[in-house]
Amino acid sequence: MSDLYKVAIVGSGPAGLSAAGHAAALGLSHVLIEKTDHLSDTIYKYQKGKHVMATPSNLVLRSDLDFDAGKREVILGTWDDQSAAQKINVMFNSEVTKVEGQKGDFTITTKKGDVVKAETIVVGIGTQGNPNMLRCPGAEHDMIQYQLDDPGEYFDEHITVIGSGDAGIENALGLAADDAQRNVVTILNRRDSFARAKAANVSLLEEAEQDGRIDVRRETSPAAVKDGELVLETRDGEETIKCDRIIARTGSQPPRKFVESMGIEFTSEDRSAFPKLTPAFESTTPGIHVIGALAGYPLIKHCMNQGYDVIEFLNGNLDLKPADEPILQEKFANLPGNHSVEHWLDVFGGNVSVFQGLSSLQLRELMLDSTVHSYDAGDAIFRRSEPGSSLFTIAQGSVAVEINPNDPSMTVPIEEGSIFGEVGLISGRRRGSTIRAAEPVVAIELARNAALKLIATSPEAAEAVNRIAVERQLLQMFGSGLTPQDIAPLVDASEVMEVRAGQVLIQEGDDDKEVYIIRRGSMIVEKAIGERPVFLSYLPAGSYVGEMAAIDGSSRTATVKAAIKSEAIRLPGDKFVELLDRNPALRQKALKEMDGRRKTNAFIESRKDDFSGVVDLYSETAQFLVDEGLGEATDVLLIDEKLCIGCDNCEKACADAHEGLSRLDREAGRTYAHLHVPTSCRHCEHPHCMADCPPNAIKRGPDGEVVIDDTCIGCGNCQRNCPYGVIRMDPKPPKKPGLLSWLFFGSGPGPGEASYAWRKENGDPEQPKQAIKCDMCSGIDGGPACVRACPTGAAIRVSPDKFLTFTKLTEDVE
Amino acid sequence: MATVQKNTRFKADERRRNADHVSFLKHKKFRYLWIALLLCVVTGVGYAMIDQDPRPNGGSWYGYTLGTIGLFLIVWLSLLGVRKRKMTTGAWSLKAWTSAHVYLGLAVIVVGTLHTGFHAISWNVHWLAYFLMVIVIVTGIYGVIVYATLPGPLSSNRNEMTRAQMLEALTALDRQLESAAQPLDRQQSDLVIAALGQDVFYGGAFARLTGAYPLCKTKKALRSIPEEHGASDGPEERVRTLLTKRADQLGQIRRHLRIRALLEVWLFIHIPATIALLAALLAHVVSVFYYW
Repeated sequence: MSDLYKVAIVGSGPAGLSAAGHAAALGLSHVLIEKTDHLSDTIYKYQKGKHVMATPSNLVLRSDLDFDAGKREVILGTWDDQSAAQKINVMFNSEVTKVEGQKGDFTITTKKGDVVKAETIVVGIGTQGNPNMLRCPGAEHDMIQYQLDDPGEYFDEHITVIGSGDAGIENALGLAADDAQRNVVTILNRRDSFARAKAANVSLLEEAEQDGRIDVRRETSPAAVKDGELVLETRDGEETIKCDRIIARTGSQPPRKFVESMGIEFTSEDRSAFPKLTPAFESTTPGIHVIGALAGYPLIKHCMNQGYDVIEFLNGNLDLKPADEPILQEKFANLPGNHSVEHWLDVFGGNVSVFQGLSSLQLRELMLDSTVHSYDAGDAIFRRSEPGSSLFTIAQGSVAVEINPNDPSMTVPIEEGSIFGEVGLISGRRRGSTIRAAEPVVAIELARNAALKLIATSPEAAEAVNRIAVERQLLQMFGSGLTPQDIAPLVDASEVMEVRAGQVLIQEGDDDKEVYIIRRGSMIVEKAIGERPVFLSYLPAGSYVGEMAAIDGSSRTATVKAAIKSEAIRLPGDKFVELLDRNPALRQKALKEMDGRRKTNAFIESRKDDFSGVVDLYSETAQFLVDEGLGEATDVLLIDEKLCIGCDNCEKACADAHEGLSRLDREAGRTYAHLHVPTSCRHCEHPHCMADCPPNAIKRGPDGEVVIDDTCIGCGNCQRNCPYGVIRMDPKPPKKPGLLSWLFFGSGPGPGEASYAWRKENGDPEQPKQAIKCDMCSGIDGGPACVRACPTGAAIRVSPDKFLTFTKLTEDVE
Repeated sequence: MATVQKNTRFKADERRRNADHVSFLKHKKFRYLWIALLLCVVTGVGYAMIDQDPRPNGGSWYGYTLGTIGLFLIVWLSLLGVRKRKMTTGAWSLKAWTSAHVYLGLAVIVVGTLHTGFHAISWNVHWLAYFLMVIVIVTGIYGVIVYATLPGPLSSNRNEMTRAQMLEALTALDRQLESAAQPLDRQQSDLVIAALGQDVFYGGAFARLTGAYPLCKTKKALRSIPEEHGASDGPEERVRTLLTKRADQLGQIRRHLRIRALLEVWLFIHIPATIALLAALLAHVVSVFYYW
């Protein structure tokens, strides 16, 4: 093909397809290049009948193609029909392997060898990536496939599955599930164990191996693929087996390398970083535009709007207002002065220090995830001990921090353009002090994810937040009477360090003199007594440690190590002592705390001689709970199995308090010394589930609970990200008949979660699956139903800083 | 939202997180035990001190007082069944209800007995109510004892496995046994097939409560397949190992069922007797007022 297209669009997902649709509507010469033989592969790969959601609901759709929430098949069908009707020029089965040239004259080469020439390129390839190919001769053979849709469709075949992850194991098990298919299934593992896969899958595989249903070959890799044969490289040399089909499940390559090969730069080395883009989505390579999930917009509606916008820009319409304009208008409506969106964006971008490095596109996007507030002088913006992990920036005015909880008149000002709330953001813990508006204030509240994204993408913002955070942390910790000038030497000499889970920060017996502030995560203090480590105490974020050695010059009396991945601020001991010397009140306070710690240690040591069994039990129980994730928990359900009669009333109460689905599994989970940690949300300080939620539906509520709201699109990312397996995906069940009609007439399924069969029979089949998890009975007067409904007192909810103490863990409950 | 929330649950939540962890028996330093004892002492002293004419009986004013107290207590105690199934909002705790149920329930036997005025037993609806009450309380005492002693063994036996996992483990063993038994001779493989075919839950209520399963075919098969000497890899040895594992797994499931059954069996008397008691009480009260 020698035509020079105006625009070549790579990838036919929602973004690329919408771009092509608009190009076709405008009559621009265009080509849509798609790797597979169908449009929109990511959505095509959704399971059959999946309900696709259309969030955010307040965003208008701006595209020549239609999209509304509905079944996968309907959406794909609509797009197929409309792209045909609009005469979109699509090249299927064309995987782009190389892009050369510059703006006005790009040459795109596909895997098949086709060459396309275009003036500009729009890249909308998403983040799915390409499956890893086999690295052996014959890797191009057409008996290799990278996906298995229906294991039931193969009969009488010799099938080899390559890959030792869950996907490979599940495929192998599926293929061997029905003897009637008479398949001979082999699975290859390069290593000698299946360490990457879920334990349940591994045990099923081992069982299938013992039964002879699957041939499991360890330390074996493919050496060559030939017609009907596969040559294996084993520990004892080469071996050839019969093979009609190969399922390769060896992971996939993120598209970053390919994108970078076009000369496009990313904002950072971070794996989650996005390409650097202008407001018109142009990358650092002029003429190449990046849109959609790859540009950082994972939602279908965003993608489609960007496809439309990018074509408008390319067509010369540079004044196009983004589709989010009405949303911003609404957000800014209650700010004083009745100004335009443009005005406020200028004020924010100009005044706020951490926004300096942002483009206007980035600022707009940031505003979508933020809330703007205006306060009158004296209004409390947040109060001490409220949960909150959002970051505030002051666009206009100034605020006052109440540094002494007992005396609200003692305040420290924070000026216009600065930030506050960063301690909550970094530590994931409750607010340390009350902050009030000192004069009329316009402030922007960045939700946790937006703030983290800002820090990840803008080095200037990261630097500013970090410096302020260290300073404030010190001020807050040492309390009254200190000014930023007092601690400036300490701040300058400080260093923020990451500490891996289990990594030792302070080693007992060492002679170093540094003082550490734990600013994120948590630590445990241990002491070797009679050769064995004994758990002394638990240190949540916000505590400091190591001051004893600095003050009295002794060697370290105990070992401090991270319970989970943490961050600590390292302060030189001599500077710390200097600060104390200059501030007698502070010195007094430090000595008092030190004394308290010494007493605890001495108490446990003295107990060690009298009742070593008790101390061992305490120490081991505490270690068990830390291993079970209590170190990052804020509020966790525990069950004392010395009291639990197994009535499951906690689960029933949970289901009845929440639309009929239980968010806890009492029986599952680990137990030590009759203390059981059921499968239930720990409300982590830094929730793993929040990390990758496309609609930002996971938030921290007013009582510190981590909740998923109704904008959930059911993608399942949170479920995969949760290390504790506490999130389930289920459609909302139908309403049950009341308790009395069950009690007297037996109608309905009774108290607790209804059986799957009942829910399926009585439920609405159109109800989409959404993620559900414990919300700590948010908004329910009386608190968590699981605890209230326990007849014997076995179910308790605790927080680690209050529970991981000697008295609580050795309490005689009966 | 950043705006300041009024009245969040923070204080209540902090109280909960700070609270001591105690069982229903020790709830609030035995608050309901003291209340129940006080009730017993007050009614007992009243019985001894108040001169009733001609002699203490349910029809005197003091008898009516005791009867009313007892009736209200019994009706309230029976409402525990509704309370535990009805998740409403509010700061109630089922543990507190259980605690009160136990101690006030025990006090009813004192109040109820004083109400009889120690009259001679006769076969009528009044005494029927009394005996039903005794049955309910005695079964309740059994309930308290098992609630206090059996959860520990239940947890130890479970050994971090859920009920579903126990059954899955059994199913997995069964699948392995089925293929492992293929090379065995006819007589031995019949034994294995019989073991696999036997209902895991056979034996009914008696077996479940006692944990005795004398006709267990897995054990029978184990007895009949001799331990092999020499060849430790032979099919018989493999089947033996699997059968031993199966017997262990059955043991765990059966112990679990037994403890659960012991924890629940009393309710099969306690609840119907309570309903009968309420009916008898109704008859007792109606007849007393009818013949007044």
